[in-house]
Amino acid sequence: MTDKQLLLSVRGLNAWYDESHILHGVDLDVRKGETVTLLGRNGMGKTTTLRAIMGILRKRTGEINFDGQDLMNRPLHHTARAGIGFVPEERGIFATLSVEENLMLPPVVSKSGMSVEEIYTLFPNLKERRDSQGTKLSGGEQQMLAMARMLRTGVKMLLLDEPTEGLAPVIVQRIGEVLQTLKERGMTILLVEQNFRFASKIADRFYIMDHGMVTEGFDVSDLPEKMGTLQDSLGV
Amino acid sequence: MFRTCPRRWARCKTLWGYDAVIMIFGIPIQAFLGQLLIGLINGSFYAVLSLGLAIIFGLLRVINFAHGAQYMMGAFVGFLLLSWFGVNYWLALLLAPVVVGITGIAIERFALRRLYNLDHLYGLLFTFGLALVIEGGFRYFYGTSGQPYETPKLLSGGVNLGFMYLPIYRGWVVVASLIVCIGTWLLIEKTKLGAYLRAATENPKLVQSFGINVPFLLTLTYGLGAGLAAFAGIMAAPIYQVSPLMGSNLIIVVFAIVVVGGMGSIMGAIVTGYMLGILEGLTKVFYPEASNIVIFVIMAIVLLVRPAGLFGRDV
Repeated sequence: MTDKQLLLSVRGLNAWYDESHILHGVDLDVRKGETVTLLGRNGMGKTTTLRAIMGILRKRTGEINFDGQDLMNRPLHHTARAGIGFVPEERGIFATLSVEENLMLPPVVSKSGMSVEEIYTLFPNLKERRDSQGTKLSGGEQQMLAMARMLRTGVKMLLLDEPTEGLAPVIVQRIGEVLQTLKERGMTILLVEQNFRFASKIADRFYIMDHGMVTEGFDVSDLPEKMGTLQDSLGV
Repeated sequence: MFRTCPRRWARCKTLWGYDAVIMIFGIPIQAFLGQLLIGLINGSFYAVLSLGLAIIFGLLRVINFAHGAQYMMGAFVGFLLLSWFGVNYWLALLLAPVVVGITGIAIERFALRRLYNLDHLYGLLFTFGLALVIEGGFRYFYGTSGQPYETPKLLSGGVNLGFMYLPIYRGWVVVASLIVCIGTWLLIEKTKLGAYLRAATENPKLVQSFGINVPFLLTLTYGLGAGLAAFAGIMAAPIYQVSPLMGSNLIIVVFAIVVVGGMGSIMGAIVTGYMLGILEGLTKVFYPEASNIVIFVIMAIVLLVRPAGLFGRDV
């Protein structure tokens, strides 16, 4: 694990929503090709961490290094160009755009992205419904679309916020398969997930967040012995 | 059985030289069709102006009170280009929107941008103040009396349509505004840039997180909206005179149209613009006393029954 190259490094990240101080010095590392899951109860700052890394949340201090580039003082639209794709919890499918327009919206940032044909092979539903209005898709299809449109851009890393939230078990399984495929293709993923069973199947490493800080990090191989603490801190 | 003309149509007999009058709802058909056409011409200006306002409001959430001033600037740029450099109408039709669009870009870049984080009211107040300054400035140099702008040679004269004499220039206004409205609609609905605009209207932060330079898109949009107003202005120059207050007379009606169509709805602004122009024209036939207020009555009714506007999505 340590021999793999560091892709994202966050040090002492603080972030605020208006006056409320949400993150109190988050430290985390994600290496190339890894899937890392942020665990923690509601309101502990998991989503805020993703939004602060992405730069959607601007009121932040600390260090964020991605692929050798400092992301702190860049405008929001430069984060994607550096190679990070964000899939928000609410999915962010645009109602005034068709499925295909939604898919084609984010600009391509590197050549390593999937072609539209590959994406339609991976998500046949989206091909069938490409002329529908984006928000007419089911929740599961919207989640697929939100992920698919990031894969086209050739980002090196995905920030996924609760991709399984509110979805039926069979769809959750399908999303798990898609993430597995992405891992095999070498995609780096930082995942926020409440569904612990789901996360434990695809993650390589875990961080636990508590009150705006990362309190613990461990490998998936250490999971059995950590179950006790996890049950205490997460209520899983 | 034929009725004679009512008193207010006393001129119609000599104007059209007919003996038998075909009546529609008790109104001579000539008067009816004539006002329909005049309504369509007014509607052409309403549509282009409300389209610009709707685009700006949709993306920037700014109620652009400077729109009337930008319309006036379009007419003045055309007028000044002609009197200073002898630039003809056709070139001015292109240059006036570009010049006013560039001033719009400067306004967004250096002023409006600073207000996005505040209440929307500040954008409204700023553009309102700006409109007063611009109009005051032009009034200082040119007074309130209008400057004439000659109809281009190619479009002067008129045709007899049988029911009315149509000055060719006014027919051109209808055609040109339709082209501009359809062109703008296609730009927004069918192109990649339009997809960016629509998406950024819904969720600007997310679109920017995709790597799209949304602040630049906002600047461009304000420039486009100002350019559309200027296009309407230069088109209006040969019909109305070029005067510093020509915009403020019109802008209130245009605001009412945008409200009826649905704030930010592109299609709503275009369709409502033509529709209310025609309705206003027809009111002049049936009940002229109400023609100045009919659009506001419609606005009040729409606000009560369907606050999001005829084409607006419910919030």
